[in-house]
Amino acid sequence: MKFINIIFFIIPFFIFSQNESLSVSMKNGKSLYEDFCLRCHMPNGKGIEGIYPPLAKSDFLFKYMEESIKAIKFGGIDGEITVNGIKYNSKMEKMGLYDDEIADIMNYTLNSWGNKHEAMIMEDYVRSLKK
Amino acid sequence: MNKLFSIIIIAGLILVNTSCAQENKNTVLSEINYEMELVFEDENIIWAIEFFEDKSILATVKSGSLFHYKEGIKTKIKGLPDIYLRGQGGLMDIAFHPNFKKNKWLYLSYASQDVGEKGGNTTIARAKLLEDSLTDFEVLYKGFPNSRKGQHFGGRLEFDNENYLYFSIGDRGNRDVNPQNISLDGGKIYRINDDGTIPFDNPFFETLNSKKAIYSFGHRNPQGMFKHPITGEIWTNEHGPRGGDEINIIKKGKNYGWPKTTYGINYSGTTITKNKSLPNTKQPLYYWIPSIAPSSFEYISSDIYPKWKGSLLAGALKFNYLERIVLKNNKVISRWKIGENLGRPRDVKQGPDGYIYVSIENKGVYKILPKK
Repeated sequence: MKFINIIFFIIPFFIFSQNESLSVSMKNGKSLYEDFCLRCHMPNGKGIEGIYPPLAKSDFLFKYMEESIKAIKFGGIDGEITVNGIKYNSKMEKMGLYDDEIADIMNYTLNSWGNKHEAMIMEDYVRSLKK
Repeated sequence: MNKLFSIIIIAGLILVNTSCAQENKNTVLSEINYEMELVFEDENIIWAIEFFEDKSILATVKSGSLFHYKEGIKTKIKGLPDIYLRGQGGLMDIAFHPNFKKNKWLYLSYASQDVGEKGGNTTIARAKLLEDSLTDFEVLYKGFPNSRKGQHFGGRLEFDNENYLYFSIGDRGNRDVNPQNISLDGGKIYRINDDGTIPFDNPFFETLNSKKAIYSFGHRNPQGMFKHPITGEIWTNEHGPRGGDEINIIKKGKNYGWPKTTYGINYSGTTITKNKSLPNTKQPLYYWIPSIAPSSFEYISSDIYPKWKGSLLAGALKFNYLERIVLKNNKVISRWKIGENLGRPRDVKQGPDGYIYVSIENKGVYKILPKK
Protein backbone atom coordinates (compact mmCIF):
# COMPACT_ATOMS: atom_id res chain seq x y z
CA MET A 1 0.00 0.00 0.00
CA LYS A 2 2.76 2.33 0.98
CA PHE A 3 4.58 1.31 -2.18
CA ILE A 4 1.60 2.22 -4.33
CA ASN A 5 1.33 5.54 -2.57
CA ILE A 6 4.91 6.30 -3.39
CA ILE A 7 4.38 5.40 -7.03
CA PHE A 8 1.33 7.64 -7.19
CA PHE A 9 3.38 10.36 -5.71
CA ILE A 10 6.38 9.88 -7.99
CA ILE A 11 4.66 9.44 -11.36
CA PRO A 12 2.83 12.78 -11.46
CA PHE A 13 5.95 14.45 -10.12
CA PHE A 14 8.00 12.91 -12.91
CA ILE A 15 5.51 13.93 -15.59
CA PHE A 16 5.25 17.39 -14.15
CA SER A 17 9.00 17.93 -14.04
CA GLN A 18 9.38 16.62 -17.58
CA ASN A 19 6.72 19.10 -18.77
CA GLU A 20 8.34 21.86 -16.86
CA SER A 21 11.79 21.16 -18.28
CA LEU A 22 10.27 20.94 -21.76
CA SER A 23 8.73 24.36 -21.38
CA VAL A 24 12.03 25.78 -20.08
CA SER A 25 13.88 24.17 -22.99
CA MET A 26 11.30 25.50 -25.48
CA LYS A 27 11.62 28.99 -24.02
CA ASN A 28 15.41 28.93 -24.43
CA GLY A 29 14.91 27.37 -27.83
CA LYS A 30 12.65 30.20 -28.93
CA SER A 31 15.22 32.91 -28.23
CA LEU A 32 17.98 30.83 -29.83
CA TYR A 33 15.74 30.20 -32.85
CA GLU A 34 15.18 33.94 -33.20
CA ASP A 35 18.93 34.53 -33.09
CA PHE A 36 20.25 31.70 -35.25
CA CYS A 37 17.47 30.23 -37.41
CA LEU A 38 14.70 32.76 -38.05
CA ARG A 39 16.47 34.76 -40.74
CA CYS A 40 16.16 31.81 -43.16
CA HIS A 41 13.48 29.55 -41.71
CA MET A 42 11.25 32.56 -40.95
CA PRO A 43 9.29 33.44 -37.78
CA ASN A 44 6.45 31.10 -38.75
CA GLY A 45 8.82 28.21 -39.54
CA LYS A 46 7.64 28.16 -43.13
CA GLY A 47 11.02 29.00 -44.72
CA ILE A 48 11.13 30.36 -48.27
CA GLU A 49 9.80 27.97 -50.87
CA GLY A 50 12.56 26.46 -52.97
CA ILE A 51 15.37 28.14 -51.00
CA TYR A 52 15.02 27.50 -47.24
CA PRO A 53 12.95 24.43 -46.31
CA PRO A 54 10.02 24.72 -43.90
CA LEU A 55 10.22 23.38 -40.35
CA ALA A 56 6.50 23.86 -39.70
CA LYS A 57 4.68 20.60 -40.50
CA SER A 58 7.80 19.41 -42.30
CA ASP A 59 7.65 15.74 -43.32
CA PHE A 60 11.46 15.65 -43.62
CA LEU A 61 12.07 16.93 -40.09
CA PHE A 62 10.00 14.19 -38.48
CA LYS A 63 11.10 11.39 -40.81
CA TYR A 64 14.82 12.23 -40.63
CA MET A 65 15.09 13.72 -37.17
CA GLU A 66 18.59 12.44 -36.40
CA GLU A 67 19.82 13.74 -39.76
CA SER A 68 18.20 17.09 -39.02
CA ILE A 69 19.91 17.40 -35.62
CA LYS A 70 23.24 16.47 -37.20
CA ALA A 71 22.64 19.19 -39.78
CA ILE A 72 22.52 21.78 -36.99
CA LYS A 73 25.49 20.26 -35.15
CA PHE A 74 27.85 19.76 -38.07
CA GLY A 75 26.51 22.20 -40.66
CA GLY A 76 23.96 21.31 -43.30
CA ILE A 77 22.99 18.29 -45.34
CA ASP A 78 24.86 17.46 -48.53
CA GLY A 79 22.84 17.19 -51.70
CA GLU A 80 19.26 17.76 -52.62
CA ILE A 81 16.41 17.04 -50.22
CA THR A 82 12.65 17.05 -50.72
CA VAL A 83 10.48 18.67 -48.07
CA ASN A 84 6.71 18.53 -48.37
CA GLY A 85 7.08 17.74 -52.05
CA ILE A 86 9.44 20.63 -52.86
CA LYS A 87 13.13 20.27 -53.65
CA TYR A 88 15.84 22.16 -51.71
CA ASN A 89 19.55 22.29 -52.37
CA SER A 90 21.15 25.10 -50.37
CA LYS A 91 23.52 24.02 -47.64
CA MET A 92 22.98 25.29 -44.12
CA GLU A 93 26.10 26.59 -42.40
CA LYS A 94 27.46 25.46 -39.05
CA MET A 95 26.23 27.84 -36.37
CA GLY A 96 28.70 27.03 -33.57
CA LEU A 97 25.89 26.09 -31.16
CA TYR A 98 26.43 24.06 -27.99
CA ASP A 99 24.71 20.66 -27.62
CA ASP A 100 22.27 21.95 -24.97
CA GLU A 101 21.34 24.85 -27.27
CA ILE A 102 20.69 22.45 -30.16
CA ALA A 103 18.41 20.38 -27.91
CA ASP A 104 16.52 23.55 -26.93
CA ILE A 105 16.09 24.63 -30.57
CA MET A 106 14.82 21.15 -31.46
CA ASN A 107 12.33 21.12 -28.60
CA TYR A 108 11.02 24.52 -29.65
CA THR A 109 10.84 23.55 -33.33
CA LEU A 110 9.21 20.17 -32.70
CA ASN A 111 6.46 21.78 -30.64
CA SER A 112 5.70 24.98 -32.55
CA TRP A 113 3.66 26.08 -35.59
CA GLY A 114 1.43 23.02 -35.44
CA ASN A 115 4.30 20.57 -34.81
CA LYS A 116 3.93 18.09 -31.93
CA HIS A 117 6.53 15.69 -30.58
CA GLU A 118 6.05 13.60 -27.44
CA ALA A 119 9.65 12.80 -26.49
CA MET A 120 11.91 15.59 -25.37
CA ILE A 121 15.30 15.94 -27.08
CA MET A 122 18.05 15.84 -24.46
CA GLU A 123 21.54 17.33 -24.47
CA ASP A 124 23.17 13.90 -23.98
CA TYR A 125 21.48 12.60 -27.11
CA VAL A 126 22.75 15.54 -29.19
CA ARG A 127 26.24 15.00 -27.74
CA SER A 128 26.14 11.30 -28.71
CA LEU A 129 25.54 12.02 -32.40
CA LYS A 130 28.60 11.57 -34.59
CA LYS A 131 29.20 12.93 -38.04
CA MET B 1 -8.08 78.11 -68.56
CA ASN B 2 -7.34 74.52 -69.54
CA LYS B 3 -3.65 75.30 -69.67
CA LEU B 4 -3.72 76.84 -66.22
CA PHE B 5 -5.56 73.79 -64.92
CA SER B 6 -2.92 71.48 -66.37
CA ILE B 7 -0.17 73.50 -64.83
CA ILE B 8 -1.85 73.24 -61.44
CA ILE B 9 -2.21 69.48 -61.83
CA ILE B 10 1.39 69.07 -62.88
CA ALA B 11 2.57 71.26 -60.00
CA GLY B 12 0.42 69.15 -57.69
CA LEU B 13 1.94 65.94 -59.01
CA ILE B 14 5.44 67.28 -58.50
CA LEU B 15 4.53 68.26 -54.94
CA VAL B 16 3.09 64.82 -54.20
CA ASN B 17 6.15 63.15 -55.65
CA THR B 18 8.71 65.19 -53.76
CA SER B 19 6.87 64.86 -50.48
CA CYS B 20 7.45 61.08 -50.51
CA ALA B 21 10.77 59.99 -49.08
CA GLN B 22 11.17 57.47 -51.85
CA GLU B 23 9.15 56.06 -54.67
CA ASN B 24 8.83 52.34 -54.23
CA LYS B 25 10.93 50.48 -56.76
CA ASN B 26 9.58 47.04 -56.01
CA THR B 27 9.89 45.68 -59.50
CA VAL B 28 13.16 43.89 -59.96
CA LEU B 29 13.70 43.04 -63.62
CA SER B 30 15.76 40.13 -64.92
CA GLU B 31 19.02 40.85 -66.74
CA ILE B 32 19.54 38.70 -69.82
CA ASN B 33 22.63 39.99 -71.60
CA TYR B 34 25.29 38.17 -69.57
CA GLU B 35 26.68 34.74 -68.72
CA MET B 36 28.08 33.33 -65.48
CA GLU B 37 31.38 31.48 -65.77
CA LEU B 38 32.65 29.36 -62.88
CA VAL B 39 36.21 30.43 -61.98
CA PHE B 40 36.67 27.83 -59.24
CA GLU B 41 34.45 25.56 -57.22
CA ASP B 42 34.25 25.64 -53.45
CA GLU B 43 31.81 23.85 -51.19
CA ASN B 44 32.21 26.37 -48.35
CA ILE B 45 31.00 29.88 -47.70
CA ILE B 46 33.49 32.22 -49.32
CA TRP B 47 32.80 35.38 -47.34
CA ALA B 48 35.26 37.64 -49.16
CA ILE B 49 37.45 37.78 -52.24
CA GLU B 50 40.38 40.03 -53.13
CA PHE B 51 42.62 40.13 -56.17
CA PHE B 52 46.38 40.03 -56.49
CA GLU B 53 48.03 42.02 -59.24
CA ASP B 54 48.38 38.83 -61.30
CA LYS B 55 44.55 38.48 -61.08
CA SER B 56 44.72 35.41 -58.87
CA ILE B 57 42.27 35.41 -55.96
CA LEU B 58 42.63 35.41 -52.19
CA ALA B 59 39.47 34.16 -50.49
CA THR B 60 38.24 33.80 -46.90
CA VAL B 61 36.15 30.84 -45.83
CA LYS B 62 33.75 31.81 -43.06
CA SER B 63 34.45 28.74 -40.92
CA GLY B 64 38.03 29.97 -40.55
CA SER B 65 40.44 29.48 -43.41
CA LEU B 66 42.13 31.55 -46.07
CA PHE B 67 43.01 30.33 -49.59
CA HIS B 68 44.94 31.54 -52.59
CA TYR B 69 43.44 30.38 -55.90
CA LYS B 70 45.81 30.59 -58.82
CA GLU B 71 45.49 28.89 -62.18
CA GLY B 72 43.32 26.11 -60.81
CA ILE B 73 45.49 25.48 -57.76
CA LYS B 74 44.18 26.10 -54.26
CA THR B 75 46.79 26.90 -51.58
CA LYS B 76 45.95 27.25 -47.92
CA ILE B 77 47.43 30.28 -46.16
CA LYS B 78 48.99 29.48 -42.79
CA GLY B 79 49.09 31.60 -39.65
CA LEU B 80 45.46 32.56 -39.02
CA PRO B 81 44.45 33.40 -35.43
CA ASP B 82 41.83 31.47 -33.42
CA ILE B 83 38.43 32.27 -34.86
CA TYR B 84 35.13 32.25 -32.98
CA LEU B 85 32.57 30.50 -35.16
CA ARG B 86 29.14 31.45 -33.94
CA GLY B 87 26.03 32.26 -35.97
CA GLN B 88 26.93 34.96 -38.48
CA GLY B 89 30.44 35.32 -37.05
CA GLY B 90 33.62 33.65 -38.22
CA LEU B 91 36.38 34.70 -40.57
CA MET B 92 34.96 37.58 -42.57
CA ASP B 93 36.61 40.19 -44.78
CA ILE B 94 40.10 40.83 -46.12
CA ALA B 95 41.66 43.95 -47.64
CA PHE B 96 45.07 44.57 -49.12
CA HIS B 97 46.86 47.71 -48.01
CA PRO B 98 46.84 50.22 -50.90
CA ASN B 99 50.66 49.77 -50.98
CA PHE B 100 50.49 46.01 -50.53
CA LYS B 101 52.97 45.44 -53.30
CA LYS B 102 55.64 47.13 -51.16
CA ASN B 103 54.58 46.54 -47.56
CA LYS B 104 52.71 43.16 -47.81
CA TRP B 105 50.11 44.13 -45.19
CA LEU B 106 46.88 42.18 -45.35
CA TYR B 107 43.95 43.32 -43.16
CA LEU B 108 41.44 40.84 -41.78
CA SER B 109 38.16 40.94 -39.89
CA TYR B 110 36.92 38.01 -37.84
CA ALA B 111 35.06 37.15 -34.68
CA SER B 112 37.27 36.33 -31.72
CA GLN B 113 36.80 35.13 -28.21
CA ASP B 114 39.17 36.06 -25.39
CA VAL B 115 39.87 34.65 -22.01
CA GLY B 116 37.50 35.59 -19.23
CA GLU B 117 34.48 36.75 -21.17
CA LYS B 118 31.92 34.40 -22.71
CA GLY B 119 31.16 34.88 -26.37
CA GLY B 120 32.95 36.89 -29.01
CA ASN B 121 33.03 40.09 -30.98
CA THR B 122 34.36 41.53 -34.23
CA THR B 123 38.11 41.94 -34.43
CA ILE B 124 40.30 43.76 -36.95
CA ALA B 125 43.89 42.65 -37.44
CA ARG B 126 46.72 42.89 -39.92
CA ALA B 127 49.56 40.59 -40.87
CA LYS B 128 52.19 40.44 -43.56
CA LEU B 129 51.33 37.99 -46.28
CA LEU B 130 54.60 36.43 -47.35
CA GLU B 131 54.22 33.58 -49.82
CA ASP B 132 51.72 31.24 -48.13
CA SER B 133 52.00 32.49 -44.56
CA LEU B 134 50.82 35.33 -42.35
CA THR B 135 53.56 36.81 -40.17
CA ASP B 136 53.90 39.87 -37.89
CA PHE B 137 50.29 39.37 -36.88
CA GLU B 138 48.76 42.17 -34.82
CA VAL B 139 45.25 42.92 -33.58
CA LEU B 140 44.31 46.52 -34.39
CA TYR B 141 40.82 46.69 -32.91
CA LYS B 142 38.54 44.44 -30.90
CA GLY B 143 34.86 45.16 -30.22
CA PHE B 144 33.74 44.89 -26.58
CA PRO B 145 32.02 43.40 -24.74
CA ASN B 146 31.89 39.86 -26.04
CA SER B 147 28.48 38.36 -26.62
CA ARG B 148 27.15 34.85 -27.25
CA LYS B 149 24.61 36.31 -29.68
CA GLY B 150 25.02 34.97 -33.18
CA GLN B 151 23.93 38.13 -34.91
CA HIS B 152 25.29 41.22 -36.54
CA PHE B 153 29.06 41.14 -36.57
CA GLY B 154 29.27 43.54 -39.55
CA GLY B 155 32.85 42.94 -40.62
CA ARG B 156 33.43 44.73 -43.94
CA LEU B 157 36.74 46.52 -44.56
CA GLU B 158 37.62 49.28 -47.02
CA PHE B 159 40.48 51.72 -47.48
CA ASP B 160 39.81 55.25 -48.68
CA ASN B 161 42.05 57.46 -50.84
CA GLU B 162 44.02 58.68 -47.81
CA ASN B 163 44.79 55.14 -46.60
CA TYR B 164 42.37 55.31 -43.69
CA LEU B 165 40.84 51.92 -42.97
CA TYR B 166 37.05 51.83 -42.48
CA PHE B 167 35.26 48.86 -40.96
CA SER B 168 31.84 47.94 -39.64
CA ILE B 169 30.64 46.23 -36.50
CA GLY B 170 26.92 45.40 -36.37
CA ASP B 171 24.74 45.89 -33.29
CA ARG B 172 25.53 42.33 -32.02
CA GLY B 173 21.84 41.63 -31.47
CA ASN B 174 21.64 44.30 -28.78
CA ARG B 175 19.91 47.09 -30.65
CA ASP B 176 18.55 49.00 -27.66
CA VAL B 177 21.97 49.33 -26.06
CA ASN B 178 24.77 49.52 -28.62
CA PRO B 179 24.02 51.54 -31.78
CA GLN B 180 23.11 54.87 -30.17
CA ASN B 181 25.81 54.80 -27.49
CA ILE B 182 29.22 56.03 -28.65
CA SER B 183 30.93 54.74 -25.51
CA LEU B 184 30.08 51.18 -26.61
CA ASP B 185 31.04 49.14 -29.66
CA GLY B 186 28.50 47.76 -32.14
CA GLY B 187 26.24 49.42 -34.65
CA LYS B 188 29.06 51.64 -35.91
CA ILE B 189 31.33 52.41 -38.83
CA TYR B 190 34.90 52.92 -37.64
CA ARG B 191 37.93 54.68 -39.07
CA ILE B 192 41.52 53.94 -38.08
CA ASN B 193 44.99 54.57 -39.47
CA ASP B 194 46.67 51.72 -41.33
CA ASP B 195 48.79 50.93 -38.24
CA GLY B 196 45.75 50.73 -35.96
CA THR B 197 46.22 54.11 -34.30
CA ILE B 198 43.27 56.46 -34.28
CA PRO B 199 43.19 59.61 -36.41
CA PHE B 200 43.13 62.77 -34.27
CA ASP B 201 40.39 64.24 -36.42
CA ASN B 202 37.97 61.37 -35.84
CA PRO B 203 34.60 62.89 -34.87
CA PHE B 204 34.51 61.68 -31.26
CA PHE B 205 38.24 61.80 -30.58
CA GLU B 206 37.83 64.44 -27.90
CA THR B 207 34.50 63.21 -26.53
CA LEU B 208 34.79 61.91 -22.97
CA ASN B 209 34.38 58.11 -22.58
CA SER B 210 33.82 57.60 -26.29
CA LYS B 211 35.21 54.86 -28.50
CA LYS B 212 37.59 57.10 -30.44
CA ALA B 213 37.62 54.93 -33.55
CA ILE B 214 33.91 55.54 -34.24
CA TYR B 215 33.27 57.44 -37.47
CA SER B 216 29.47 57.12 -37.68
CA PHE B 217 26.80 55.40 -35.57
CA GLY B 218 23.17 54.24 -35.49
CA HIS B 219 23.79 51.30 -37.85
CA ARG B 220 22.24 47.84 -37.63
CA ASN B 221 24.45 45.45 -39.57
CA PRO B 222 26.50 46.89 -42.43
CA GLN B 223 28.00 44.07 -44.52
CA GLY B 224 28.57 45.85 -47.80
CA MET B 225 31.10 48.63 -48.34
CA PHE B 226 32.91 50.23 -51.24
CA LYS B 227 34.93 53.35 -51.96
CA HIS B 228 33.23 55.40 -54.64
CA PRO B 229 35.77 55.63 -57.47
CA ILE B 230 34.81 59.19 -58.42
CA THR B 231 33.99 60.93 -55.14
CA GLY B 232 36.21 58.82 -52.84
CA GLU B 233 33.31 58.49 -50.36
CA ILE B 234 32.64 55.31 -48.39
CA TRP B 235 29.27 53.80 -49.30
CA THR B 236 27.64 51.02 -47.29
CA ASN B 237 24.58 48.86 -47.35
CA GLU B 238 23.15 47.31 -44.22
CA HIS B 239 20.67 44.65 -43.21
CA GLY B 240 17.46 46.11 -41.84
CA PRO B 241 14.99 44.17 -39.71
CA ARG B 242 11.89 43.07 -41.70
CA GLY B 243 12.10 45.65 -44.46
CA GLY B 244 14.37 48.65 -44.14
CA ASP B 245 17.70 47.43 -45.51
CA GLU B 246 19.58 50.62 -46.37
CA ILE B 247 22.13 52.24 -48.65
CA ASN B 248 24.09 54.98 -46.88
CA ILE B 249 26.92 57.33 -47.76
CA ILE B 250 29.06 57.48 -44.64
CA LYS B 251 29.57 60.98 -43.26
CA LYS B 252 31.80 61.88 -40.35
CA GLY B 253 30.09 61.82 -36.94
CA LYS B 254 26.60 61.26 -38.31
CA ASN B 255 23.83 59.23 -36.70
CA TYR B 256 22.09 56.88 -39.14
CA GLY B 257 19.20 56.39 -36.77
CA TRP B 258 18.98 52.69 -35.82
CA PRO B 259 16.85 51.83 -33.86
CA LYS B 260 15.33 55.28 -33.25
CA THR B 261 14.44 55.52 -36.94
CA THR B 262 13.89 52.75 -39.47
CA TYR B 263 11.73 51.89 -42.47
CA GLY B 264 11.48 48.31 -41.19
CA ILE B 265 9.46 46.44 -38.59
CA ASN B 266 10.21 43.52 -36.26
CA TYR B 267 10.37 40.02 -37.77
CA SER B 268 7.20 39.26 -35.81
CA GLY B 269 5.40 42.12 -37.56
CA THR B 270 5.27 44.47 -34.60
CA THR B 271 6.46 48.08 -34.73
CA ILE B 272 10.00 49.06 -33.74
CA THR B 273 9.38 52.79 -33.98
CA LYS B 274 6.97 55.02 -35.83
CA ASN B 275 9.83 57.34 -36.74
CA LYS B 276 11.20 57.13 -40.24
CA SER B 277 13.20 60.29 -39.65
CA LEU B 278 14.18 62.45 -36.72
CA PRO B 279 16.18 65.68 -36.43
CA ASN B 280 19.92 64.93 -36.33
CA THR B 281 19.61 61.54 -37.98
CA LYS B 282 20.65 60.81 -41.56
CA GLN B 283 18.16 59.42 -44.05
CA PRO B 284 19.31 56.47 -46.13
CA LEU B 285 20.01 57.11 -49.79
CA TYR B 286 17.72 54.15 -50.45
CA TYR B 287 15.79 51.59 -48.40
CA TRP B 288 14.59 48.15 -49.44
CA ILE B 289 11.07 46.91 -48.72
CA PRO B 290 10.94 43.96 -48.66
CA SER B 291 14.43 43.25 -47.38
CA ILE B 292 16.88 41.59 -49.75
CA ALA B 293 19.48 40.94 -46.99
CA PRO B 294 22.43 42.71 -48.65
CA SER B 295 25.67 40.81 -48.10
CA SER B 296 28.05 42.89 -50.16
CA PHE B 297 28.35 46.06 -52.21
CA GLU B 298 30.32 47.15 -55.28
CA TYR B 299 30.45 49.99 -57.78
CA ILE B 300 30.83 49.13 -61.48
CA SER B 301 33.40 51.45 -63.04
CA SER B 302 34.34 49.04 -65.81
CA ASP B 303 33.53 49.60 -69.50
CA ILE B 304 33.24 45.87 -70.17
CA TYR B 305 29.48 45.70 -69.61
CA PRO B 306 27.39 47.83 -71.94
CA LYS B 307 25.04 50.03 -69.89
CA TRP B 308 26.22 48.77 -66.50
CA LYS B 309 28.87 51.39 -65.82
CA GLY B 310 28.08 53.59 -62.82
CA SER B 311 25.54 51.20 -61.32
CA LEU B 312 25.88 49.36 -58.02
CA LEU B 313 25.84 45.68 -57.15
CA ALA B 314 24.51 44.14 -53.93
CA GLY B 315 24.29 40.45 -53.05
CA ALA B 316 20.71 39.55 -52.08
CA LEU B 317 21.14 36.72 -49.55
CA LYS B 318 17.42 36.40 -49.06
CA PHE B 319 16.49 35.87 -52.70
CA ASN B 320 19.60 34.23 -54.18
CA TYR B 321 20.51 36.82 -56.78
CA LEU B 322 22.88 39.70 -57.33
CA GLU B 323 21.04 42.98 -57.56
CA ARG B 324 22.19 45.69 -59.96
CA ILE B 325 21.00 49.10 -58.84
CA VAL B 326 20.81 51.95 -61.31
CA LEU B 327 21.20 55.45 -59.91
CA LYS B 328 20.44 58.84 -61.34
CA ASN B 329 21.54 61.85 -59.29
CA ASN B 330 21.92 59.51 -56.29
CA LYS B 331 18.33 58.24 -56.61
CA VAL B 332 17.56 54.60 -57.38
CA ILE B 333 15.73 54.46 -60.71
CA SER B 334 15.76 50.73 -61.49
CA ARG B 335 16.75 47.34 -60.05
CA TRP B 336 17.89 44.22 -61.91
CA LYS B 337 18.49 40.57 -61.01
CA ILE B 338 21.69 38.82 -62.05
CA GLY B 339 22.50 35.12 -61.51
CA GLU B 340 19.05 34.16 -60.30
CA ASN B 341 18.81 30.89 -58.36
CA LEU B 342 22.54 30.26 -58.45
CA GLY B 343 22.74 30.46 -54.65
CA ARG B 344 23.51 32.88 -51.85
CA PRO B 345 25.91 35.63 -53.01
CA ARG B 346 28.40 36.59 -50.29
CA ASP B 347 30.86 38.94 -51.93
CA VAL B 348 31.01 40.87 -55.18
CA LYS B 349 34.07 42.63 -56.54
CA GLN B 350 35.24 44.21 -59.75
CA GLY B 351 38.57 42.59 -60.53
CA PRO B 352 41.70 44.29 -61.84
CA ASP B 353 40.71 43.01 -65.30
CA GLY B 354 37.43 44.98 -65.14
CA TYR B 355 35.25 41.86 -64.85
CA ILE B 356 32.77 41.38 -62.02
CA TYR B 357 33.36 38.40 -59.73
CA VAL B 358 30.87 37.03 -57.25
CA SER B 359 31.25 34.34 -54.59
CA ILE B 360 28.24 32.08 -54.13
CA GLU B 361 27.86 30.01 -50.96
CA ASN B 362 28.73 26.33 -51.42
CA LYS B 363 29.32 26.83 -55.14
CA GLY B 364 32.47 28.91 -55.59
CA VAL B 365 33.45 32.05 -57.45
CA TYR B 366 31.86 33.13 -60.72
CA LYS B 367 32.89 35.68 -63.31
CA ILE B 368 30.19 37.65 -65.13
CA LEU B 369 30.68 37.84 -68.90
CA PRO B 370 28.73 40.16 -71.16
CA LYS B 371 26.94 38.26 -73.91
CA LYS B 372 28.36 38.92 -77.31
